Amino acid sequence: MIEIADILRQHPFTQGLDEEIVDLIAGCAKNVVFREGQYVFRGGESAEYFFLVRHGTVALEMFVPGRGPLTFLTVKSGEILGSAWLLPPYRYTYDARAVELTRAIAFQCDCLRDKCEADHHVGYEMMKRFMPPLIERLQMARLQSVDVYGQGTGTSGT
Amino acid sequence: MTPRFLAVKRRIRETADVITIEIPAEGLAGGAGPFKPGQFNMLYAFGVGEVPISISGDPAKADRILHTVRAVGPVSKALAMLRRNERVGVRGPFGSHWPVDEAVGFDVLVIAGGVGLAPLRPALYHLLRERPRYGRIALLYGARSPEDLLFRREVEAWRCLPELQVRVTVDHATRDWTGDVGVVTQMLPKVRFDPLDTVAMICGPELMMRFTAASLADAGVTPDRIFVSQERNMKCAIGMCGHCQFGPNFVCKDGPVFRFDRVMDILKMREI
Amino acid sequence: MIRSDAEFSPGYRRGGHPSLFGRSPCRLGPVLTDRRRSFGDRALEEERITETKSRAAILQREGLQQLIDLLRGRGYCVVGPTVRDQAIVYDEINGLGDLPAGWTDRQDPGTYRLVRRDDEALFGYVVGPHSWKKYLHPARLRLWRAERRGGEVRILDDAEPAPKMAFLGVRSCEIHAILIQDKVFLGADFRDEDYARRRENAMIIAVNCGEAGGTCFCTSMGTGPEVASGHDLALTELLGEGGHRFLVEAGSEAGERLLEGVRHDKPVEADLAMARAAVEKAKAQMGRSLDTTGIKELLQGNQDHPRWDEVAARCLTCGNCTMVCPTCFCTTVEDTSDLDGSHAERWRRWDSCFTLDFSYIHGGSIRHSSKSRYRQWMTHKLAHWIDQFGTSGCVGCGRCITWCPVGIDITEEAAAIRSGDAGSRRRG
Repeated sequence: MIEIADILRQHPFTQGLDEEIVDLIAGCAKNVVFREGQYVFRGGESAEYFFLVRHGTVALEMFVPGRGPLTFLTVKSGEILGSAWLLPPYRYTYDARAVELTRAIAFQCDCLRDKCEADHHVGYEMMKRFMPPLIERLQMARLQSVDVYGQGTGTSGT
Repeated sequence: MTPRFLAVKRRIRETADVITIEIPAEGLAGGAGPFKPGQFNMLYAFGVGEVPISISGDPAKADRILHTVRAVGPVSKALAMLRRNERVGVRGPFGSHWPVDEAVGFDVLVIAGGVGLAPLRPALYHLLRERPRYGRIALLYGARSPEDLLFRREVEAWRCLPELQVRVTVDHATRDWTGDVGVVTQMLPKVRFDPLDTVAMICGPELMMRFTAASLADAGVTPDRIFVSQERNMKCAIGMCGHCQFGPNFVCKDGPVFRFDRVMDILKMREI
Repeated sequence: MIRSDAEFSPGYRRGGHPSLFGRSPCRLGPVLTDRRRSFGDRALEEERITETKSRAAILQREGLQQLIDLLRGRGYCVVGPTVRDQAIVYDEINGLGDLPAGWTDRQDPGTYRLVRRDDEALFGYVVGPHSWKKYLHPARLRLWRAERRGGEVRILDDAEPAPKMAFLGVRSCEIHAILIQDKVFLGADFRDEDYARRRENAMIIAVNCGEAGGTCFCTSMGTGPEVASGHDLALTELLGEGGHRFLVEAGSEAGERLLEGVRHDKPVEADLAMARAAVEKAKAQMGRSLDTTGIKELLQGNQDHPRWDEVAARCLTCGNCTMVCPTCFCTTVEDTSDLDGSHAERWRRWDSCFTLDFSYIHGGSIRHSSKSRYRQWMTHKLAHWIDQFGTSGCVGCGRCITWCPVGIDITEEAAAIRSGDAGSRRRG
């Protein structure tokens, strides 16, 4: 039987991570699967898990009154999903919906937080892997927020 | 320079505010292929005004010229409302072009944002027609939402070609969209190309072009292999009215296509 | 491999030497030097046939009236300086009586006054708010008109013939300004045909400055005060001993022919000496200078200089400088139609980079702040122009300084940026 730790080792998130730490955090992890259309989590819910997407695509959505659910980011294989576990009061802000059949590793946030508190080295290794993708998403979100396409593009038209 | 008046032969609605109009090529610059990819014409709506519009068709189809117009102002709206057989005034073609000949032997990235796909489409036609002469070719296309994507059927057809990598993304979407959501640069890691042997052609909003060029530079593509298409206010298109100046360059004749290393310092400055 | 500069847009092109007398791409350029050569050859021939004629001649005061009459008789509209609304402007003149006899100008930043001279000199002033671009590159021009009938549109072919104009009283800096505009409008790729026609039909009767204006700096820009070429005739006004007369030199065959049509005498040494002294006086009086050493790199490399904010606090973006500058060439177009939409016209009119919507593209103007607009004007004039056309855009006439309502002085601004040059601090 394939151990969760082995699956974890295959994910880009654990690249360069000490073997002991992988085994340690594997204790908080389980393998999960979502069917197409199924919600991974919903906004407002308590953030019990964060996910490492192994295969598939998850759409992050906001529900905009009058316009319905709007997707603002698609998270694909190899990427991380869910950052609410880092920010009290630990509630999901957005809806996450599997666009296709999706497999992921789910980490129990309480468990992981405890392990990070107990050993700060573990905590730091987690942060080193979380922060860069989040910062990149922040940069991209800012680019999306100024609505570059709204005011016209290229040489076509005045 | 007086405009030539030609009849609109075909009118295609691309999106809610974007129309492509086709005119016959007769009477315009002669020779093999009346225009080069990246060039533009000045289109005149009778009694309303004249604006620069990218030529968006196939340069090898010498008998017709396609223009893709986004209706945002009085002139472009008037152009977008032209019916078959109505007359449009044409001056051109003007401007510099995408370096499709110079890119032979390289991997080519064609990166478009929004309506920026229109002036890049002629380059793509050329690249596909001359396919064996290039390395890997990829199209990365981003728009605001799925409704704003141009040439959707054509892009879908291109996606099916094994010899072309195609990645499409939008800034936000409703449930109907099953593709990527996010900015264009997010797709770069998913595309196969050798940064040391790549020519990139980017067209879109200035901010998008700058961020994309920066991401390409991070990936190892040198600025002298990146090309952007600049836009400025134009009245004459022949370097005499002064409006289109961008540093010492006249966008109408030194551009609109610029090699990035030649303009990156200007682009870093505000209000130039 | 990627080809280098030849194929692609040049970006910052190699800078040109600010001197005007280099390679000129415009068609009228080479003709200037040819005139001199052919004039020399013809002079030799004529000496054998007729009595000896020196290159220079003396025209008495009445001779100038004769010259004006001769030009009008040959179908030229003669335009020259005249007093109107307390300034010396260019307008049609019929004779010496229309010229500003006995007037001079006092110019300073933001100041222009006419003051009586103590003699009756006809050209005893420098330049006013008008320049010859008024005639060569008119402020309003109909480019074309078209008619729409039965689904067809056709351009109505009714281009007006270009008027024949004789410009009387053209200063050296103004000739240089015309040559500069020649490069803009008579380029290798595109030509302004209306400008070309007006230019070919224009006769230039130049005048050497006998004194410097309050805001002049032509010596810094290499554009004067002495008329060197580009003229059909060049006059130096002489007063006092010997009477009110003009030393005349022809600069072209057309000028030669003109001179032959009026009574003239040979100059004596005293005339030549007085003429030389007048030009020297003008040079010595020059009250301003602009250091053009490396000015292109200086301005292009200091676009974030704090001086731009300082001048922006004063600049009203009124655009006066662009209206009076003899080389400013920006225009806009107006498309109009009649009520039933069957006729349309396109007009061209002068525009200014200082207007807020000059750089407008969907969503807003690129150059929104007054700082960016002043910076654009000055950097274009002194720096980008060199990349674009091979010479400076400034001829040192001082008009922008005089007619700026808040007295901004381009020479002062250039010096301020030079003294705080970011580049030299890095290099130092």
